[in-house]
Amino acid sequence: MHAKPPKIDMTPMVDLFFLLLIFFILTATFRPQEAVMVDTPSSISNTTTPEKHIITLMISRDNMVFFNVDNGIDSSEHLRGKILQAVGQQYQIKFTPAEIKRFEGMNSFSLPMDKLKPWINEKESKVRDAMHTGIPMDSTDNQLLMWIRFSRQYYPEFEVAIKGDRDADYKQVKKVIDILQDNNVNRFNLTTNLESVEISLDNL
Amino acid sequence: MAEIIANEGGGKQKGKRRAKRHSTHIDMTPMVDLACLLLTFFMLTTAFSKAKVMEIVLPEKTPKDQKDEAPQVDKDRALNIILIGDNKVLWYNGLADPRKPPLPVLNETDFSDEGIRRVVLQRNKDLFVQIEEMNKALVEGTLKLPKDTVTARRKKMMTEDKKGPVILIKAAEGVKYHNVVDIIDEMAICNVARYALVDINSVEKKMVAQFLAGEASGTASLK
Repeated sequence: MHAKPPKIDMTPMVDLFFLLLIFFILTATFRPQEAVMVDTPSSISNTTTPEKHIITLMISRDNMVFFNVDNGIDSSEHLRGKILQAVGQQYQIKFTPAEIKRFEGMNSFSLPMDKLKPWINEKESKVRDAMHTGIPMDSTDNQLLMWIRFSRQYYPEFEVAIKGDRDADYKQVKKVIDILQDNNVNRFNLTTNLESVEISLDNL
Repeated sequence: MAEIIANEGGGKQKGKRRAKRHSTHIDMTPMVDLACLLLTFFMLTTAFSKAKVMEIVLPEKTPKDQKDEAPQVDKDRALNIILIGDNKVLWYNGLADPRKPPLPVLNETDFSDEGIRRVVLQRNKDLFVQIEEMNKALVEGTLKLPKDTVTARRKKMMTEDKKGPVILIKAAEGVKYHNVVDIIDEMAICNVARYALVDINSVEKKMVAQFLAGEASGTASLK
């Protein structure tokens, strides 16, 4: 009798692994990490977020407003870069082509115009995330209004999504909505989590 | 380091093993390890559920030079919901007009199923039943309609609704964002045809302050 070591044929398992791996690689979409965590409220709405041409305004738990303009996967139009240049021109700040290119791959920010340049050039993402101080949005210097105005100048059909944290103050959200309405945006998408609600007429 | 020691100590054994080898085998273990690792990584980083959005359309702002007029709402249909902090909701029927006293009484409730939903549903019962019956028929298969027609019918039912409430949602100080989303969601749940998000006016501010003061004195006297 031979004392053969027991062998398990792992081929099917490995095949399955590869199949799954390929599936996940193909379905994965990569997004740069957001600067803040936002815990959105839930609703029964089942509409999905538009994938491109979207202005996202995030309102964090501590009432800071983050601005992001996203063109989805298709970046051939270079809208982000154009908007940055236009807003920069408004505030007499010139961005180098390298900075514009870097900005196109970046995410939402909450910074006044003069702090934007160091933020773009900062290599360390942790340092970058700590730089956000808020976009000025009072009547004397309303930079958020400018960002929205120039974004819509380059692409008037931009949809606006407001992604507020559950515990953000409504006052701040209202302020953002007011600024949007000043830009003739009267249609908003409030980002929410899906929840299901069952009601029966019996308890009426 | 471990490898070097193993080589020195087991040199003899290694030689023996090599002599025993017959077939050419490719060791796939590292490749499978790597595949496993990548698989785990992609599985953990993939987000399947996409974020959902709730659409709201607000009325256009009135220009600053024009006087801001209060929306004209039928007194019998008006239902005012005032959100105040601490997840509390106040509501009253009709309109608060200081020229026509007495002012309506504020009722307190909350965001639970038995709270504001009951209030809204009772007012909106007819339309709600109408729409729910259509939905039920669609689910059971007794009614077969394309999706567009369903939406159109729903819309038609809502615009033709003449009895349902006109709900005015107002937010006082200290309201959190999720309160507002919850109340708009409640409108969607109860199939309310007409509702608007409006600013709280001075009369209502006074009413809320009075209510809260009354409540505070009430709890104080209880103690």
